[in-house]
Amino acid sequence: MQIEWLFGLLGGLMIGGAAAMFLLINGKVMGASGIVGGLVDRSGWASWAERLSFVAGLALVPAIMVPLFWPGLSTNITPNLAAVVGAGLLVGVGTRLANGCTSGHGVCGISRFSLRGMVATVFYLLAGGLSVVVFKHLLGVV
Amino acid sequence: MKRNIFSFLAGGLFGAGLLVSGMTDTTKVIGWLDIFGAWDPTLAFVLGGAILPMAVAWNFASRRARAVLGTEFPGAPDPRLGRNLIVGSLMFGAGWGLAGLCPGPAVASISWGGVGGLTFLAAMIAGMAVAPVLRERLDRAAIALR
Repeated sequence: MQIEWLFGLLGGLMIGGAAAMFLLINGKVMGASGIVGGLVDRSGWASWAERLSFVAGLALVPAIMVPLFWPGLSTNITPNLAAVVGAGLLVGVGTRLANGCTSGHGVCGISRFSLRGMVATVFYLLAGGLSVVVFKHLLGVV
Repeated sequence: MKRNIFSFLAGGLFGAGLLVSGMTDTTKVIGWLDIFGAWDPTLAFVLGGAILPMAVAWNFASRRARAVLGTEFPGAPDPRLGRNLIVGSLMFGAGWGLAGLCPGPAVASISWGGVGGLTFLAAMIAGMAVAPVLRERLDRAAIALR
């Protein structure tokens, strides 16, 4: 058992705790793409303050934690900016078409045995695995 | 006001969890998806750990009508799958595997993710902005094909 797995489990419990809190207190499904996307395409402007507060917490807490506990932390994202732009566009369009991402479909959907959440997770995992094979191993662009 | 405070706290805990779990590290995410390379199982622990408290929360919610702040709990999940769910999830997965970031970590790394992170976030927001137009086109094309 590696230490990263334990941190993964602990961080996972925190993510699930955040989702549980958002459901039980605010009565909403914690989906990152839905919360952000609703602000971007105006479909969620009726609850803009609640959404913006969530985004603020999500951005500000790491902004404080990283310099304190992990100074110099990097996302290790590929320096290939064309790939980054393509990936960002795919993630933005895809999560909105599918109405959810890893948090909404993955965490919040699977935990209530939602068929949509489980099917979405299977398909984005499949596409993710295929994407790594194509872009990393075959084309070598990332 | 209470809604916004708890929303901020949930967002903050989510961000802290993403950091602790290593999900803001694109090499860990790509490592999990890389079943033909040096496979990294960390993400399974993250997802498993996150599903546990959420399953308890859904169970609790199923026995009540309203959340603490008075909002009605979300209804039963939509059983219909639909083309957009499949096409969208395939697109999302392709982008996720390419860069190793999904929407949560993209926002969580805004202050420290550098040019690469900000570029990803900007492209993601642009994608979210055009998604409704694309969805409408796809729906119209599907109707025309019928």
